[in-house]
Amino acid sequence: MLDQLLSHWNYIIVVLLMMIGLFIVISSMNLVKKLVGLSLFQTSVFLFYISLGKIEGGTAPIIITGGHGDHGNSTHDILYSNPLPHVLILTAIVVGVATTALGLSLVLRIKASFNSIEEDEILAEKRVMKSEGRS
Amino acid sequence: MAAMLIDLTLVGFMLAIAVMIMFSHRLFAIIVMSGAYSLISAAMFVNLDAVDVAFTEAAVGAGFSTVLFLAAMAWLPAEEKRDKALVVLPLLICVVVGALLLWGVMALPPLGDPSAVVHHHVAPRYLAESYDKLHIPNVVTTVLASYRGFDTLGETIVIFTAGIGVLLILKGATGRQPSPIPHDDTEDTDEK
Repeated sequence: MLDQLLSHWNYIIVVLLMMIGLFIVISSMNLVKKLVGLSLFQTSVFLFYISLGKIEGGTAPIIITGGHGDHGNSTHDILYSNPLPHVLILTAIVVGVATTALGLSLVLRIKASFNSIEEDEILAEKRVMKSEGRS
Repeated sequence: MAAMLIDLTLVGFMLAIAVMIMFSHRLFAIIVMSGAYSLISAAMFVNLDAVDVAFTEAAVGAGFSTVLFLAAMAWLPAEEKRDKALVVLPLLICVVVGALLLWGVMALPPLGDPSAVVHHHVAPRYLAESYDKLHIPNVVTTVLASYRGFDTLGETIVIFTAGIGVLLILKGATGRQPSPIPHDDTEDTDEK
């Protein structure tokens, strides 16, 4: 059991960080803090994927040529880490910033309409607006 | 062993920053700490052999998105209102989800195991063939731009859509409030 904890320590840390991010997203009423929690969650998912691609004793997946610029035929004995998770996460980071920008613009829009970025105040305001609209 | 020690230090910093963000109520501090969190995770990526990801995370995650947050803060209050955060239900949800995830994670192959299934699908082919075919040493670049070029095109479309969305949302926000709505940070979004 302890052995397994040691060999999986990175994944355990990732789950801890992920849950802290999730907790901030659910528990906080402030919309900006929620977005920060979301990006915390996101970064820990990145860390999870990159951990999956790691190979013990491997190096970064950049082919080491002979130094003369010719074919890298003599390099098949070098161990490289798995490049595929890296590609996925590169895409995810850039898309993550796009979603953050979209979320922040929504927050600004909410601030302009409700003059608050606290979730409970916005909901109370909406309730008031709804009852006024009916009566 | 030294690498393990560095990993543990970095991970300790990340955990500490995450907990500090959780308990902090000042939004500027929270944003700057999340930038620091991204930067430390970039260092962690270097240790896990993902140099390209580290570059991108340091530039985009730690730099650009912190700037976006700070730009938005110009129109937002600097303090979170206290004493009304939910605690019990979120904590319960997080504990349950975390326990399930830990259960799942324990079934994965150990960290760095070369015989794990992920390392025997298409990755060996990329590593063995891409240099001879395309003459680009960096395999991540080759896969991103060449083997998976259409997927990257799709990613660009997603970001373009997000940029248009930001422009439209902020344009609709003018009028009701006298507060100025930023136009410059949307232009930054498009260039990404």
